[in-house]
Amino acid sequence: MAFTLYSLLQAALLCVNAIAVLHEERFLKNIGWGTDQGIGGFGEEPGIKSQLMNLVRSVRTVMRVPLIIVNSVVIVLLLLFG
Amino acid sequence: MHPTGLPAAAPTGTTRQRKWPSKRRIPASQPGMTDPHQLFDDTSSAQSRGYGAPRAPSGLGYPAASASPQATFLADPMSNMAMAYGSSLAAQGKELVDKNIDRFFPVTKLKYYFAVDTVYVGKKLGLLIFPYLHQDWEVQYQQDTPVAPRFDINAPDLYIPAMAFITYVLVAGLALGTQDRFSPDLLGLQASSALAWLTLEVLAILLSLYLVTINTDLTTIDLVAFLGYKYVGMIGGILMGLLFGKIGYYLVLGWCCMSIFVFMIRTLRLKILAEAAAEGVPVRGARNQLRMYLTMAVAATQPLLMYWLTFHLVQ
Repeated sequence: MAFTLYSLLQAALLCVNAIAVLHEERFLKNIGWGTDQGIGGFGEEPGIKSQLMNLVRSVRTVMRVPLIIVNSVVIVLLLLFG
Repeated sequence: MHPTGLPAAAPTGTTRQRKWPSKRRIPASQPGMTDPHQLFDDTSSAQSRGYGAPRAPSGLGYPAASASPQATFLADPMSNMAMAYGSSLAAQGKELVDKNIDRFFPVTKLKYYFAVDTVYVGKKLGLLIFPYLHQDWEVQYQQDTPVAPRFDINAPDLYIPAMAFITYVLVAGLALGTQDRFSPDLLGLQASSALAWLTLEVLAILLSLYLVTINTDLTTIDLVAFLGYKYVGMIGGILMGLLFGKIGYYLVLGWCCMSIFVFMIRTLRLKILAEAAAEGVPVRGARNQLRMYLTMAVAATQPLLMYWLTFHLVQ
């Protein structure tokens, strides 16, 4: 069984990187996932799409700096130890 | 008798708007329950009477009671002072650690999940294998905080999942050994694999709960506890597979899969589908349907994972 915690960590890092590289202006706005297009007032039901957009936006804001650090560390380690 | 540290404040209580039905409260003075806020029995009184004299002044009382050669050494004022200083430093360090550990590691909340006793474990194991006759699945509350597991069989605990996980790793090693496929790093691989699947499950469920905006009082640790109950069925399946071959394995695993499916649905129904479950009637409506699908999906992944994590161990 090759599914270990280490591969889970790698997959998580790659996924977070993938969310972080989504460009706001060139891509998200064009498919209607921009941050200014989502908020639908104070209704009770946010809906799945607006929750997803919120999630993407918060991941991009919060994880920007930690990702820089973690990516640098991982790159150095992978270069050294393969 | 002082109340031991309960989970600090019921995390969801006051801030979010409560939509679920009023919880069942047990009367405050129930016979047979010493003090519901106390998680563990207080056994310190018996000890402290016996050890009162030598224990209290931790190092300073000792020289007075010891024999003469040591007495001359310890009566030296410098070493007395050094011992006093050392013990006070140790006490300070312990205080500091106790104060700060709660920030990183919710120890007091974890204590609640390990407040179990033998009767509870026995009944819960029986419930995991045969949940079909149990009528009342709601967790009892005592003044807004859940009652400790030893007083309520429906409360989640972390003792059974932790023990079952470790037993699963050991039984997997045993199964591999009987097929001459064993090597020590395989044990670590099994443990890591099972933990990785558990983490993935927890993350997936948390993500879907967030996306569908369900307000539950289901904490992450609760979720880990519920998802850890499937290890019990897995152990049963592997053991039967070792004794009776593939037929025994499939029979027992099938039975345990059904039981875990029913158990998860009945437990999660009360947590996720709070309003509908109050009346016990399946309510139509987009939101409730989505919640029902989510409960079904969570319950359905349990048998799948039980099979996936054990089939390669049985020949």
